[in-house]
Order: sequence, then C-alpha cells, then structure tokens
Amino acid sequence: MSLTPLVYSQWMGCSWDFGSINVALEGLLEGGQTKTPKPMKTGTTIAGLVCKEGVVLGADTRATSGEVVADKMCAKIHYISPNIYCCGAGTAADTEKTTDLLSSNLTIFSMNSGRNPRVVMAVNILQDMLFRYRGQIGASLILGGVDCSGNHLYTVGPYGSIDNVPYLAMGSGDLAALGILEDRFKPNMEMEEAKELVRDAIHSGIMSDLGSGNNIDICVITKQGVDYIRPYQESEYKDKRQKRYKYGPGTTSILTEKIVPLELEVVQETVQQMDTA
Amino acid sequence: MNTRGLRSQLKDSVPVTGMGQQVGAYGVQDTLRSGFSSVKNELLPSHALELSEKNFQLNQDKMNFSNLRNIQGLHAPLKLQMEYRAARQIQRLPFLQSSHLALDTLKGNDESISFEDILNDPSQSEMVGEPHVMMEYKLGLM
Repeated sequence: MSLTPLVYSQWMGCSWDFGSINVALEGLLEGGQTKTPKPMKTGTTIAGLVCKEGVVLGADTRATSGEVVADKMCAKIHYISPNIYCCGAGTAADTEKTTDLLSSNLTIFSMNSGRNPRVVMAVNILQDMLFRYRGQIGASLILGGVDCSGNHLYTVGPYGSIDNVPYLAMGSGDLAALGILEDRFKPNMEMEEAKELVRDAIHSGIMSDLGSGNNIDICVITKQGVDYIRPYQESEYKDKRQKRYKYGPGTTSILTEKIVPLELEVVQETVQQMDTA
Repeated sequence: MNTRGLRSQLKDSVPVTGMGQQVGAYGVQDTLRSGFSSVKNELLPSHALELSEKNFQLNQDKMNFSNLRNIQGLHAPLKLQMEYRAARQIQRLPFLQSSHLALDTLKGNDESISFEDILNDPSQSEMVGEPHVMMEYKLGLM
C-alpha cells in the first residue's frame, strides 16, 4: 500500500503554482514568433488641482493597447467614496481593480463608523497595498477629495510613494499638462477658472502626447457634493460614418438551396394542468 | 502601516517554507500531481514576490507582536497569541470548509477586503484532498 500524502493546505490569495511554467513559457515565446499579449495601458494625461471651494480632477479618455487605441471613451476617474474620487494612469486593469478594492474597504469603514472616510485613509491604504506588491501593480493614481479637514490632493506612485501638493499631473502626458499648470496656477482660485485651467492642462496633454486623446472628463468635488461631467469637452476629431454598413437581404447571391425535413415522432405526451386560480 | 518597525525585523531571516514538491508513492516524486521537477524550481522562487507574499502574514504578525511587546510589555503579545490559538481551534474537519469567523474577527480581517478574499477560493479549486488521509495526518496517525 503506497503512501499518498495528499495533505493539501488550502489558503487563499495569489497562487504560485504556475510561476515556473510562466517563466519557461516566456523564455520559449521570446525566441519564437509569438509574444505574450501586452496588458492594456491607459497612456494618459490626468491632472488635479485644489481650489477655494474644493478639488477639480481632469482626465482624457483614451486607452491604448500597444499602438492601437483600445477604448475611446475610457472612464479614468473612479469613484472611491461620496467625497473622494481618484484618477488612474498606468495599466488599466490594475487601476480599475485597485480603486475598486479601495472603495470597498472604505465603504466597510463608513458602515462601521458612520462617517465619510478621510483622504489620508485612502492614501494610506493604497500606499500599503502598492508597497506590498513592490510595483508589480502598475497604477499611478491621483486622489482628490473633500473631508472634515479640508480639500486634499494626493498622488500615489506604483511603488507606494506619495506626494501631497496643490496641483498635479500624472501619466504619459504629465509634462505637457504640468507646464500649463505651473504657468497659471494660483492658490485659492475660483471654481470656473479652476475648471478651465484643468481643461487646458488636459488639452495640452492630448495635443502633445500620443497616448492621450479623445474627450476630456472633469470631476468637481465640493463640500456640497460631486459634479462628474463626462464628457466636459468632446474632441473635434470624431469619426463620422460615411454610410450605413448594414447588408440588406440579397447582397450575397444564393447558388443552391437544399431543404431536409427533420422527421420527429411523438414518443410521449403529458398534460400538466396549470393552476390559474 | 505595513512598514512600521521594519528595521528591527531585518535581522531575523525570512523562513523559506513550502518550496519542496509532493512525494508520491515509494518516496519518488509524484509527477502526476505536481508536474515535472527540477532542482532550480525547488531552490529558487519563480517570481520576485513569491517569498515575500508567502510569508507576508507571518512577517506582519512578527512585526506587530514585537512592536506591541516593546510598547506594552510581554503580556500583550502573549495574551493575543493565546486568543489566536484558541480561535484557530474552532474549525471543522480538515477537508471541510471552515469559516474561521472568530479568528478573522480577532485579526481584523472582517473589516477589510484584499486579494486573499477574492482570488483562489478553495471551494473552486481543482485539487481535492483525500479526506481519510487528511484526517490521519491531523490526528498524527500518519
């Protein structure tokens, strides 16, 4: 009788069973013709600034996968809690999932304590998670929100670094956007002026960076509530369909037609009375 | 925060656990269950995060307990560990799903969601442990 110790400890979380297989496969594929598919990155311009009445966040809406535009109306401003929103740049799936997890954790906290979470809590949770995974989660995030201690704007890098500044830009178009922000930012701006400045910053990112484009989304967070304007400005370069591409009947000519009737015989018949009382 | 008191723990080495493969019949490697073997796979981790993730909970606990000991004295971690040990024993037979409710509440896992709650659900796993063998292992009859 052979010993088969299938004592198998079940634990949840990341599984490392396929680690060595993945490494071997990658080695095979690099030498061969095919390559592993690249994850969809957002190649973005995101920006945010703190104004007198709250926080204004802005983002473009293009998601690229290699050299192809994968999504023209991608939503990059994610909901975290009623008073905190987050723009995400980097790998699309990573930003999506990370912000979802953060939002779930903060919802549990709000239910436990009965109050809206603070922006610093969101930042700390994110920092812990991203540092734990040592940058393997490719998410650069801009968090903005209004809570009991004021208006805040933070950025969290993929390795867990944070920065607390009045105006920010991240993503592949960040240098272009930051130029506009540096030039025209003033502390305690009015709301309309702040929205225009963020729009201009994202616009310059769209114009100067290949990875950003299409429409501009703006999210305004104040003590009274949130105004998520999607899209704030549509791009002038929208495609217009030249004609209808539906094929009418008779487009393809029928060469032969053969009809085979299926012979079915009734084997059993049961009648069940329906109770229509 | 996860990085509190990290320096004091750097001296203790991270234990390398569970990298050996399954031994099948007659002490030979069980190819059907655990795939082909190679010495490199056993010695080196296949991913940068494998070691750090496998030992993450252990390291966190070690760090937190040592901090607690420094702040409040030896009784604090001892009491907590006693409670954890008691809560860990509240479970069903090894091959059944236990909820670990008391342990989760003590550790604070009931107030947070992370990848441990989403990925790799044991009820969906492809491998099933043999009940008799697992019971014998648990009772020490193996």
